[in-house]
Amino acid sequence: MNENLNNWEAVIGLEIHVQLSTKSKLFSGASTNFGALPNTQACNIDLAMPGVLPVLNEEVLKMAIKLGTALSSDINSPTSFARKNYFYPDSPKGYQISQMDKPIVEGGYLDIETESGTKRIGVTRAHLEEDAGKSLHDDFEGQSGIDLNRAGTPLLEIVSEPEINTPAEAVAYLKSIHSIIRYLDISDGNMAEGSMRCDANVSVRKKGDLELGTRTETKNVNSFRFVEKAIQYEIERQVHEIESGNTITQETRLYDSQNNTTRPMRSKEYANDYRYFPEPDLLPITLEKDFIESVINGMPEMPNEKKERFVSKFSLSNYDADLLAADKDIANYFEEVVKISDSPKLSTNWIMGELSALLNNENLNIRDSKVSSDKLGQLVLRIEDGTISGKIAKDIFEKMWISGKEVDEIIKDEGLEQVTDDKQIEAMIDEVIKSNPEQLEQYRSGKDRLFGFFVGQVMQASQGKANPKQVNDILKSKLEK
Amino acid sequence: MDLHKLSLKDQLEGLKKSEFTSVELTSHYLKRISDHDEKFNSFITVTEENALIQAKAADERYKNNKSLPLDGVPIAHKDIFCTKGVRTTCGSKMLSNFEAPYSSTVYTKLDEQGMVMLGKTNMDEFAMGSSNETSYFGPVSNPWDTEYVPGGSSGGSASCVSAELAPIATATDTGGSIRQPASLCGLTGIKPTYGRVSRYGMIAFASSLDQGGVVARSAEDAALILEGMSGHDPKDSTSLKLPSPDLTKNLKNSIQGMKIGLPKEFFEKDMPSYLEQSIQEAIETYKSLGAEIVEVSLKNINLSLPIYYIIAPAECSANLSRYDGVRYGYRCEDPKDIEDLYMRTREEGFGAEVKRRILIGTYALSAGFYDAYYLKAQKCRQLVANDFTNAFESVDVILSPTTPGTAFKAGEKNDDPIEMYLQDIFTIPANLAGLPGISIPCGEHGGLPLGMQLVGNSLQEDKLLQFAHSYQSNTDWHKKMPNI
Repeated sequence: MNENLNNWEAVIGLEIHVQLSTKSKLFSGASTNFGALPNTQACNIDLAMPGVLPVLNEEVLKMAIKLGTALSSDINSPTSFARKNYFYPDSPKGYQISQMDKPIVEGGYLDIETESGTKRIGVTRAHLEEDAGKSLHDDFEGQSGIDLNRAGTPLLEIVSEPEINTPAEAVAYLKSIHSIIRYLDISDGNMAEGSMRCDANVSVRKKGDLELGTRTETKNVNSFRFVEKAIQYEIERQVHEIESGNTITQETRLYDSQNNTTRPMRSKEYANDYRYFPEPDLLPITLEKDFIESVINGMPEMPNEKKERFVSKFSLSNYDADLLAADKDIANYFEEVVKISDSPKLSTNWIMGELSALLNNENLNIRDSKVSSDKLGQLVLRIEDGTISGKIAKDIFEKMWISGKEVDEIIKDEGLEQVTDDKQIEAMIDEVIKSNPEQLEQYRSGKDRLFGFFVGQVMQASQGKANPKQVNDILKSKLEK
Repeated sequence: MDLHKLSLKDQLEGLKKSEFTSVELTSHYLKRISDHDEKFNSFITVTEENALIQAKAADERYKNNKSLPLDGVPIAHKDIFCTKGVRTTCGSKMLSNFEAPYSSTVYTKLDEQGMVMLGKTNMDEFAMGSSNETSYFGPVSNPWDTEYVPGGSSGGSASCVSAELAPIATATDTGGSIRQPASLCGLTGIKPTYGRVSRYGMIAFASSLDQGGVVARSAEDAALILEGMSGHDPKDSTSLKLPSPDLTKNLKNSIQGMKIGLPKEFFEKDMPSYLEQSIQEAIETYKSLGAEIVEVSLKNINLSLPIYYIIAPAECSANLSRYDGVRYGYRCEDPKDIEDLYMRTREEGFGAEVKRRILIGTYALSAGFYDAYYLKAQKCRQLVANDFTNAFESVDVILSPTTPGTAFKAGEKNDDPIEMYLQDIFTIPANLAGLPGISIPCGEHGGLPLGMQLVGNSLQEDKLLQFAHSYQSNTDWHKKMPNI
């Protein structure tokens, strides 16, 4: 597949299913906890026993209103539910309760950062619906198992306009949605556990063409990286097909992450007619103005607002502010560090550098960091006030990580205070110059790069505690003599 | 003593005054069931053992002065209401082995007030039918003449109350399934306002039309039990957020000066002369009681049948999708794969009428037909409801026949579904508009009873019962019982 992709443009729309983090299900009182034994969290309603009726979990209305507000969307009132009919063993009622004509969230947009600047992606709608159960085909010889624990878990399906043009944009959009739902605390957004799932509608057309190509829908891609790869594969596949004189079939495809390919799941011949009609068991829901306002008033600061505040209040670069604000926990940690250190830029470097490296190493979330924000704040403060050098700070940080001790305790116990006394430093420098006459001679006859050698010797002599700037200044003047 | 000759109200009094025990009363009915029900097939399941346990408990409470409001009075439940620990079949092979793991709100409410369940009554499969001939458990016959049908779908409930095998029975009404069998069996049957009685645990046929109610021997008895069944249920989102109404308070008030509307569209229809005559006599009775008769127009009423036969099948086509052989109920033998499991389970588990309605409903909701059928039907449904709203600005109740005639012979209408569907021509409009309706015995022809229907404005069950009681206080039609 080496067609010239530059002649082609991809048109991408994403459907993101977000599992809402309610305690109980969308229409029943059963628990939504992940990982319980099969069918232990499915009540009579989830099992679609004869005669049972759905009762809406009103918590989801608040969650949907928050998302809609974050996406600058309209909140529909009344909003209503519909039945989507299809037979599948893990869909116990034979229909899914979803929304059709009056989704709770309609319209809106999301601004994403791309290589060529900020791009606005339109949001078509976001609607509430119930999740299906799971069919387990490999666990039973010659039979399938059905686990209905997940059946009825609330989902918010967020549908974008087909305004995304590259895999990178798709990932940026997805990450941005991920960041928003985490900020709003409406979902844990865990893609590996399926709390956030993405279907990608992809078509290609020759650059400059106005007519859209035939699209395919690639289902349930369960990581940011896979979304990028699946879309990239699908674009290349479609271009290859068309350039080879074939046509694209409108179909649903499944991403195979092991081989990095997509393959057809079901073709159009089997396309369902879902026969949507209004759910007669649930009356349309009127959302009172006061209710909507109280929900909006309870909303936290959103990522883009936070980013702007970080730039204006802390004078951070756009890039740093964007990185920090993307994750609510990182942003909170950062603000706590700065409260103590009063040094936004240095704090950012430590969080994005040393701390991230150790967290990644041990696969930890920042909430579970072994060095608390208070302690990191103290460490940064000690660098800022000259107590320790940046280099020693790195050693101390590793010790803090392992022992859980405070920075000041380690400095005291190990005598690691920085040497900043000019006299003391001068004495050390004199000693080094005296012991290295050869190198001094060479330096003075023009071998400038030996300066580093002397710095190293002095730092070694001070066990790394001498203030590097002072060492530099004094050494320079001594060597020039 | 012929305990079954006492009204339900008098039975309750008798229990309170210790004139007899609930065990005596219950045993009396159980004996009548075992002696006579072979002829009628009105019960699918008789819960003899359970009934006696409940009766003993009631007697115990009477003894300890801890009695409940309806303590110790027997009742039969239509086999559409889920009852924990007792099979609930909905008249279908599909659920012939189904035991619900929970109880319906209607059963629970009456149980909590001390009522004793005698058993579960026969019905048209999934409540689809007007003659109780579609039941997997065999047809039910009319106690007035066993060659005739009792009506449907609550045919078992009507038949057993008419044969005095139970003092009262619960029933459900989607297009007339309480009122039509009540009319054909000479009983008083009331379908309340949509949302009055919880649908939780009442197996769904057409969700926006289904409503629970009772068939009884008098308006007075019906009022007592309907009151006990009604009230808001948080488990049913369509349940009205209102407490149970007091239905006995106004029962004995005079109807002097109140207005009865006669819809001219109904009276323009060809009606058998005996029916016209009986209705005319009922109108005269009401006039003599001080009611004023007014002609009203329900100009879209003739759309009711076609609207109903789009909406009800559409909703049923989805409601019955859950019967797939996967989790409970009937499952075909040795399915090859999932497709085969679905196809054969549903092919073998459902009867012809149920399949017909699933097909009609599936078709009406299909892509390309939805707007022309379902959407249009919903719009027309609103027109019918508006007609009633307008009419109730000038009248208190609307009177008509309940059915186009007396009961028909078993098998008579089986070859022509349309002819069968026409049975509900007078009753369907109240379901479409969500209004309360009652059928009251008002005459007979050829040894078979016939009834009139009163439809009331939303939430006015009390007024319907007042009109019915007023009529029954001055006539004897409701007292006539068949010789079995």
